[in-house]
Parts: sequence; structure tokens; C-alpha cells
Amino acid sequence: MAVWDAREQLLTGFGITLRLTLVAAVAALVLGTVLGAMRVSPIPPLRWLGTAYVELVRNTPLTLVFFFMVFVAPRLDIILEFRTSAYIALSVYTAAFVCEAVRSGINSVSTGQAEAARAVGMTFGQNLRLVVLPQAMRSVIPTLVNIFVALTKNSSVAAGFFVGELFGLGRTLAIRNPAEGVAMLCGVAVLYLIITIPSGVLAERLERKVAIAR
Amino acid sequence: MTAPVDEEPRAAVGEPLVVLDGVNKWYGDLHVLRDINLSVARGEVVVVIGPSGSGKSTLCRAINRLETIGDGTISIDGEPLPEEGKALARLRADVGMVFQAFNLFAHKTILENVTLGPIKVRKQKKADAEERARELLDRVGVGHQADKYPAQLSGGQQQRVAIARALAMEPKVMLFDEPTSALDPEMIKEVLDVMVDLAKRGMTMIVVTHEMGFARTAGDRVVFMSDGQIVEENTPEEFFTNPQSDRAKDFLGKILKH
Ligand SMILES: Nc1ncnc2c1ncn2[C@@H]1O[C@H](COP(=O)(O)OP(=O)(O)OP(=O)(O)O)[C@@H](O)[C@H]1O
Ligand SMILES: [Mg+2]
Repeated sequence: MAVWDAREQLLTGFGITLRLTLVAAVAALVLGTVLGAMRVSPIPPLRWLGTAYVELVRNTPLTLVFFFMVFVAPRLDIILEFRTSAYIALSVYTAAFVCEAVRSGINSVSTGQAEAARAVGMTFGQNLRLVVLPQAMRSVIPTLVNIFVALTKNSSVAAGFFVGELFGLGRTLAIRNPAEGVAMLCGVAVLYLIITIPSGVLAERLERKVAIAR
Repeated sequence: MTAPVDEEPRAAVGEPLVVLDGVNKWYGDLHVLRDINLSVARGEVVVVIGPSGSGKSTLCRAINRLETIGDGTISIDGEPLPEEGKALARLRADVGMVFQAFNLFAHKTILENVTLGPIKVRKQKKADAEERARELLDRVGVGHQADKYPAQLSGGQQQRVAIARALAMEPKVMLFDEPTSALDPEMIKEVLDVMVDLAKRGMTMIVVTHEMGFARTAGDRVVFMSDGQIVEENTPEEFFTNPQSDRAKDFLGKILKH
């Protein structure tokens, strides 16, 4: 059977997708949290910058972000490999959503918490890092998981930019074996599920583990 | 005749520690603090009392700049309140605050609640901070709850932890904004007892409360506020038995009836 024969190629694609997703997830989490902090910062220019970023990126189709990375960036003398461009495009795009999740998480933490932290003499950064974000993050775990599941699927856009990730390889294989095309794509779908379903389960566990009694 | 003795350098009791000078604050058109002049001496316990909406909380929160003021100046230990930033954070570390809603850090244990400020703000060693925290928790009677989370404690216990958390910073002055008004009656006393003890130990305190018992036992002075103004100031005994202004009489009439 062709799917089985192509297993090595499919697994290579799977590996690349997994790596794209994980790297972009970590980068987006960091960037998104920084942006979220900017959006609640007492310094207006930082707030504006954060807002501008979110509005711009969130309302742009991901494909366009990829286009920008692959075709526009070189004109600005930024020459990157396709693979690197894919990492950056996915991280930049996902960060906008992480930012909004983090911001809503921050808003869900009662103002008394931040006030108490200010009253013991914490700076804005300490307050955020030690008191507000740890509580905010717990309440946004479900939203973050949705974002990362979307990211996993979004990574398939990279196929359009010559990154041989799971979807790209699967499609190539399907075209090469039209008779088994459907089976091939089903195999691809299963491999995506192998990433997304466990992350949901993991998140549920995590959520229960870090839940704060109130 | 007494032989001349080497006088100990006098502890600075009595010199002004918190000084508000011509303080005004507006919320839009609402004038919530009107020309407030108040000087609190080191070691003094000032009780702030007044009807709802008279500006007591605003006054209390202005002193550690949780609220900014419109004009006038506030200084603590001779130092005017700085703008938001590192200097203000440093100054706030010297001003303990106890909130009506306790506001313990929900994701931290009781012990961590008390050690977080000393470790992160005062840069104390963890072991030292924990030792001191345990002493303070014992002192306020919740030593055996150190490893629990705030939500597992009663309101009275939480408020005592909040007092310990503030004390761990070795503050120069403590602000209390209605510390017992969110508590069930049977828990009020345990919190007031801790506060009375604190007053006896010489802590400078500004306390917004309607607990007359506390004002009488621990207060040096009562400040009565109405409509954003300080209407009357007196010793607790004089204020409660012989109020001067009509507004104070009216107010006392209402709270005594209940
Ligand atoms: N953030 C705010 N925005 C607008 N108005 C406010 C705000 N906070 C307080 N006020 C108003 O300022 C006035 C003083 O409020 P404050 O909370 O200081 O009163 P209080 O004496 O503490 O009352 P209470 O006994 O009810 O706690 C009130 O009229 C209140 O409605
Ligand atoms: Mg109040």
C-alpha cells in the first residue's frame, strides 16, 4: 500500500510540522506575552504599539504574512531560508492571538491582586511577573490550546512556500499516486490528529493541576 | 536630686511622619478630597471615620499613591511622594496597606504571601524571610496555616495574614481601609485584637474604621470626614461623647442607633 510505502517521507513531513509548530508555539508564547504586557503597561506608547501590532497582524490572512516574509523581506535586504521565513511568519501571526488571550487573562485577575502587589513595593514588572501573569495564564490555558491547535493546522500554509512539511509532502505524494490520493491524505490527517488531540488532553490535565482554589 | 544621666537619644516619637498639605482630588467634576491638611506623628494612631462616600478610602489610598491627587502635597518621613516608578515602589515598601477585601495573592501559600515582598522587594534571603514570616504568622495567630492557600482560610484569618504580610516589610506606617467590614461579626474581634496589639507596640497607624471600640482603646485621635473634608478632629473620647459639628452628631446618631 502506497501510504505504508511512503511512511518515511510522511514521517519526515510530520517531524517538520511538529518542529514548526513547537518552535512557533514557544516563540509566539513569549512574543505574545510581551505584547500582552505592553497592552496593559502604564506607558502609552507601549500600549499603542501593542494595539497596532495586534490589529494589523490579526486582521491579515496568514498567507499574506508568509508572502511578506518570502517576497517582500528580500527587497528589504532580509534574505532568509524558506524554512526560517515559515518559523517567523507563524510566530508573528500566532503571537497576535496569544497577546489577546493573555490580555483577557490579565483583565480577569482582580485589581486587588495588582494593588496588593503595588502596596508591598513591587515594580510594574515584578507585579506582572510574580502576581498577575501567573494567575492570568491559568485562566487562559484553554484559549491558548485552541490557539496552538490552530497553529498546528496553520503550519500547512508553509507548504505553499516550498517547506516540505506534512501537508506539503502529503499533497505531493497524493498527486504522484492519484489512485491512493485519498488514503494518503487520510494518513496526513491522522498524523495531524496525533499532534492536536494529545495537546488538548495535556492542557486539560495542566488546567486541573494549576487551578487556584478561590 | 537626680544625678545627671546620659540621656538615651530619644526615639523620634512625636515628629510628623505622614503629612498631607492642602490635598485636593477630583474624579471628573466630583471633588472627593477638599483641602485636606493632616499630620500624623510617629507612633500615633489616627482613626478616620465618616459616612459612605466621604472620601476615607480615597484619602487612605492617596497616602501610598494608589490614587493620584489633584493638588497639594503628601510626604512620608519628610519625602514627598514620587511619581510612578522605582522610587515610588521603594516608598510604598515602607507603607503597609491592609485592604477591606484582604487581597492575599491567590496563587501563593500563606507563607509565600508573607515572604514574597521581603524576598523580591527587600532582597532578603529566603531562609531569613521565612523565619521572620513564621514569627509574624505566629504573632497574628495563623502560624499553623502557613502551607495553605488563602481560599482555605476564613476571612478573619486571611485579614490577619494580610497584616502579617504588611508587617514583614517593616513599614514605617500602616494604612488600614475598613479592615473588618468584610468580616462576619465573630471574626472582627480577632482582627481588631491584632491591630490593638500593633498600636501598643508603637506602630504608626491610619485606620479607616467604624469600630468605636477600637478607636477608643487604641486611637490617639479621630478624624471625622464628610463630603471630602475633614470636619472635625479630636481625641476619641471627646469625639464620641461630645461631637462639635452637626454633621458628626448626625453621623454618630445614625451609627449608634444600629
Ligand atoms: N474610581 C472612581 N471614579 C469616580 N468616582 C469615584 C471613584 N472612586 C470613588 N469615587 C467617588 O469618590 C467619593 C469618595 O469615595 P471613597 O471610596 O473615598 O469614599 P469612602 O468614604 O471610602 O466610602 P465608603 O465608606 O463607602 O467606603 C465617592 O463619592 C465615590 O463615589
Ligand atoms: Mg471606603
